[in-house]
Amino acid sequence: MTSTSASARTHGVRVVIADTRKVYETRDGGELLAVDRVDLTIDPGEFVSIVGPSGCGKSTLLSLVAGLSPPTSGRITIDGEEVKRPHSKVGVVFQTDLLLYWRNIIDNILLPIEIKRWPRRKHIERANELLAQVGLSGFGHKFPSELSGGMRQRAAICRALVQEPGLLLMDEPFGALDALTREQMIADLQTMWLAVNNTVLFITHSIEEAVFLADRVLVMSPRPGHIDLDRRIELERPRKWRSRAEPKFIAYMTEIREIFEAQGVLSKQ
Amino acid sequence: MAARPPHRKKSYWRPVLESIASPTLSIVILLVWQVGVPLAGISDFILPTPIAILERIAVDYRMILTHSLVTVLETLAGFAIASVAGIALALAIFYSRVFERAVYPLLVALQTIPKVALAPLLVLYLGYGFAPKCFLALLLAFFPIVISTVVGLQGLDKAMIDLVRSMGANEWQTFFKIRLPAALPSIFGGLKVGISLAVIGAVIGEYVAAERGLGYLQLQAGAQFDTTLSFAAMIVIAFIGIVLFWALEICERRAVFQREPAK
Repeated sequence: MTSTSASARTHGVRVVIADTRKVYETRDGGELLAVDRVDLTIDPGEFVSIVGPSGCGKSTLLSLVAGLSPPTSGRITIDGEEVKRPHSKVGVVFQTDLLLYWRNIIDNILLPIEIKRWPRRKHIERANELLAQVGLSGFGHKFPSELSGGMRQRAAICRALVQEPGLLLMDEPFGALDALTREQMIADLQTMWLAVNNTVLFITHSIEEAVFLADRVLVMSPRPGHIDLDRRIELERPRKWRSRAEPKFIAYMTEIREIFEAQGVLSKQ
Repeated sequence: MAARPPHRKKSYWRPVLESIASPTLSIVILLVWQVGVPLAGISDFILPTPIAILERIAVDYRMILTHSLVTVLETLAGFAIASVAGIALALAIFYSRVFERAVYPLLVALQTIPKVALAPLLVLYLGYGFAPKCFLALLLAFFPIVISTVVGLQGLDKAMIDLVRSMGANEWQTFFKIRLPAALPSIFGGLKVGISLAVIGAVIGEYVAAERGLGYLQLQAGAQFDTTLSFAAMIVIAFIGIVLFWALEICERRAVFQREPAK
């Protein structure tokens, strides 16, 4: 799984989120502040996890970076370029796999290539390589309905990676999976990321997932979401299952847990 | 999901039984009809037997074929226009909120008018020929096609749109790669209802005023107390409806990926 050709390496991009707010209009004409003055710089090749309670605006922040909705105020740049529409160097993995049931796996993975009008032939090889990395070689001609939930989400990750994105945005990608599948997916994601080493913004509500995967964990407060803690995770890579038992790992988890206790998201026990 | 009774074991014969159930029932009904009518002493004038009807179709096949052709053409023309116009209108309703607000209530109102009541007026406006029948077929097929296309387009998961937008898709690509394929099963549902109604529309048009067509033939047969011919026309009308429906289903199988339940 670690053998990846040099051509597969992509360079991560730098993401700067400057004093960004997002206000939604509610149905009754009121205003809802979803993201409140977020200031954040993500270095190229950095894996950043954002952890926060449901409805804290972390998904909103991700959709702002993805260029799917504009910020109310502030500025988001990718490699110095302001995000006004979806950026070509960005790949997104959503909470559900969103595979098209009428396309087989390979054609699903090549969807972004088709949309970007890149030559299909050149990318089939890369798609198969990615499938092999996630243990799905030989599944290219299967249809999504023939795959399990975990396999489908793996294919969805391949679909995001086939564009060689400098920035991978992941919005609770394992939230819909069972605990065991999830465990394996986290490990596999680390392996894939170590091979590609692009910039990742990973959103989750699992403290453990965030600490295990990230170089930096950001803790968001309940709505209006802003960043309460920015903690660099200094654990050796590749992190292993055992890493979770290390005192440092536990210390990080405890620190984040305490933030949630202070926010009132978790009760003190 | 409704669970089957737990202790009923799946037997070897069940699939065989399931596959022959429909033809068996049809044969039983036809047999009862064929044998029962003479036994009960009902005359051909009231209720002809299936074999008598088939014989009549065989004897008069040339005439019946000529009339059938007229009805089929009226049906297909009306259906074709209804499909093109219906899908176009559905797209307008889907993409424009103003259009939706303006047209939808009108469309529903139009649907509540009994189309049969319109038939005499159509004759007045469009004459005795091909046009009023074609128009009536169109009118009946139109509504289900529009509605099911709109419903199919609106049923798309919004996250799908975010997905392709994140890849940089424009609306054109979004439509052809996501919206249309996702809506196709629903659109075909509307088309299949539409084609069945189009046949009825054409025949109703012929009932009112016509010189050709199966509706006209049936009306003539009725006036001459030729019950067997009347039944023959009815059977052929039903047959045309079934064949056109099948034809659409074949198109559907080619165009639409059959969704299997996820494992």
